Amino acid sequence: MSHPENATVFLKDKARAKWHDETLWIVREKRDATIHQIPEWEKLRELASQIKDHTLSKLDFYLEELEKNASANGIKVHWAENAEEHNQIVASILKEKNCKAIVKSKSILTEECHLNPYLEERGIEVVDTDLGERIIQFLKQPPSHIVMPAIHLKKSDISDIFHEKLHTEKGNVDPVYLTHAARLHLREKFLQAKVAITGVNFAVAETGEFVVCTNEGNADMGVHLADTHIACMGIEKLIPRRKDLGVFLRLLARSATGQSITNYNSHFRSPSPGKELHLILVNNGRTKQLGREKFRNSLKCIRCGACMNTCPIYRRSGGFSYGSTVPGPIGSILSPGIDLKKYSTLPFASTLCGSCSDVCPVKINIHEQLYEWRQEITKAQGSSLKGLSMKLANGIFKSPLAYRLSGKMMRASLKSLPDSIIYNPLNAWGKGRNLPDLPEESFKAWYKKNRS
Amino acid sequence: MKNNVPHIGLFIPCYIDQFYPNVAIATLELLEKLGCKVTYPLGQTCCGQPMANSGFEADTEGTTSKFIRDFAAFDYIVAPSGSCVLHVKDHSPKINNLQKNQEHVQSNIYELSEFITDVLKVDSIKGSFPHKIGFHASCHGLRGLRLASDSERNEPKFNKTLQLMRDLEGMEVVELTRKDECCGFGGTFAVSEEAISVQMGKDRLADHMDKGVEIIVGGDMSCIMHMKGIAAREQAPIQLMHFAEILNQAIS
Repeated sequence: MSHPENATVFLKDKARAKWHDETLWIVREKRDATIHQIPEWEKLRELASQIKDHTLSKLDFYLEELEKNASANGIKVHWAENAEEHNQIVASILKEKNCKAIVKSKSILTEECHLNPYLEERGIEVVDTDLGERIIQFLKQPPSHIVMPAIHLKKSDISDIFHEKLHTEKGNVDPVYLTHAARLHLREKFLQAKVAITGVNFAVAETGEFVVCTNEGNADMGVHLADTHIACMGIEKLIPRRKDLGVFLRLLARSATGQSITNYNSHFRSPSPGKELHLILVNNGRTKQLGREKFRNSLKCIRCGACMNTCPIYRRSGGFSYGSTVPGPIGSILSPGIDLKKYSTLPFASTLCGSCSDVCPVKINIHEQLYEWRQEITKAQGSSLKGLSMKLANGIFKSPLAYRLSGKMMRASLKSLPDSIIYNPLNAWGKGRNLPDLPEESFKAWYKKNRS
Repeated sequence: MKNNVPHIGLFIPCYIDQFYPNVAIATLELLEKLGCKVTYPLGQTCCGQPMANSGFEADTEGTTSKFIRDFAAFDYIVAPSGSCVLHVKDHSPKINNLQKNQEHVQSNIYELSEFITDVLKVDSIKGSFPHKIGFHASCHGLRGLRLASDSERNEPKFNKTLQLMRDLEGMEVVELTRKDECCGFGGTFAVSEEAISVQMGKDRLADHMDKGVEIIVGGDMSCIMHMKGIAAREQAPIQLMHFAEILNQAIS
């Protein structure tokens, strides 16, 4: 289904749609409150943007530096060209360790690679340990948001799910009670897992270390209890120096949730004695995006989700309406690069209001890239019906006479048509809106009489 | 009118020409009252924005060339629309054989309120408008042309349009809950994403009405047309106006 169709369905449940919009707006407001406490906020954004631009311009150099330094630290570095290779590498490590159950902390990359179904098909139990992730895993749903994966669910929904899966009291919606139940359940899983998988927020080329940011400490719990830690990262998650981290850590949590910093920012540099640490560097289309000049800087994204929280369309259509791993504005500029046809409605799911670009902590010009993808999509589609009407419009606007005639005809025909035709349900403008009252004459006609 | 007064080409977006001639008349009269020499080139049609935003920028070369030819001779080009001005500045395709003229047009085109504050250097306009208003910041004017500070960035507060109106006697401007959220018009978005578009418009109207606003004032008739259409359908007790009409009335 296309984005408009999904959005229409989402908006049918008016109360829930309103709740969804307001819930995410609160996150946006928290972000606003915290960034106004940082006088140098705009400078930080500019700095982060420049560091990322620089890194992307020398990505090959920094990746090799990372590999060299990480290897020297005792980390086993793997390269994966695509999702399939990534999944194979994970599976082969698990096989070697004879591991049948793993814990995983939140990683959008493993969602992108569809790692869970891949491992489950091979008889491996995968438990997502981030609370929101675990909830949607019970429902066999993908995340609807990259930072708050279960944001589409209400407390009462979660109570029902936990009642069914964890045998909590029916109807008990107390967050403390529910979270406690989840802790007990997850603790068992943590203790059993020999291998833990995490994502990576930042990898530091200079030191060969990487940083994982979480609020729940679940990544640390999983990693420290397991014998083997596999960290999966997209090759764009790189920064040159450790001191650059200060810039990004200040921006990340403030943009994501309005916190001044994530609760746990854990640095992983080398394996503990007797344990193994693997780092998988995944391309999966990223170098292709790097080669697209207009869209290259979408790779600066640090996955804070601020563009989703601010987007008036995302808030009113939900993450699932996009049908892509990363939803919302940033997803709408990343996804067409993966499959132009499948995601062709996404760049149009925007009013180009520009709010996404102004909240973006690394200054990605998201709304301008949405505009540019529209140009690419119409080029790829050839002369569709919409294309034809647009060519006709260019013809009308090129000639003043044609414009005057068509304007006159439009005003005349709108006047003589009965409301039942203008406000036919098939007419998308008239479904929820009236047309303007029609003036007797155009400005042009008035000007001729009064000024020339 | 003195001869050394700069000559302004009045650019009236096509839907204002056809649907809202009073806004165009107010813009013309306001500029004249402020001492400007204004001409409306009669051959003008459209800037090409609806086509370009739909992904057909490449098909707007004819429209763009025509726009440049219509306006290149003027010192300044002024329009009562942030959205169309932004399009001409940023999104019209490069026309190779008109490069110099296009550069002139792109660097001398202004939205009405920024022209009055930045070029005419008028600080504010005196007069009276005894109403409780809510300001609707159109996104292209706000985040495209930076006619005001927005709620996303940490920057000093300013608003060129409201600055011009701040000395109007009796006028009260309310503080909105979401001070610069998009109204959902978005050009063809209004029809291609009809459900969200209308919902966004309803939400904007509700924010203003909750605060007891009598009149929503904005700088882009496209947003106003959309919200007006919803207000009329919902029989909501609220009016919508372009600021040019208010300023023009105030100084007459």
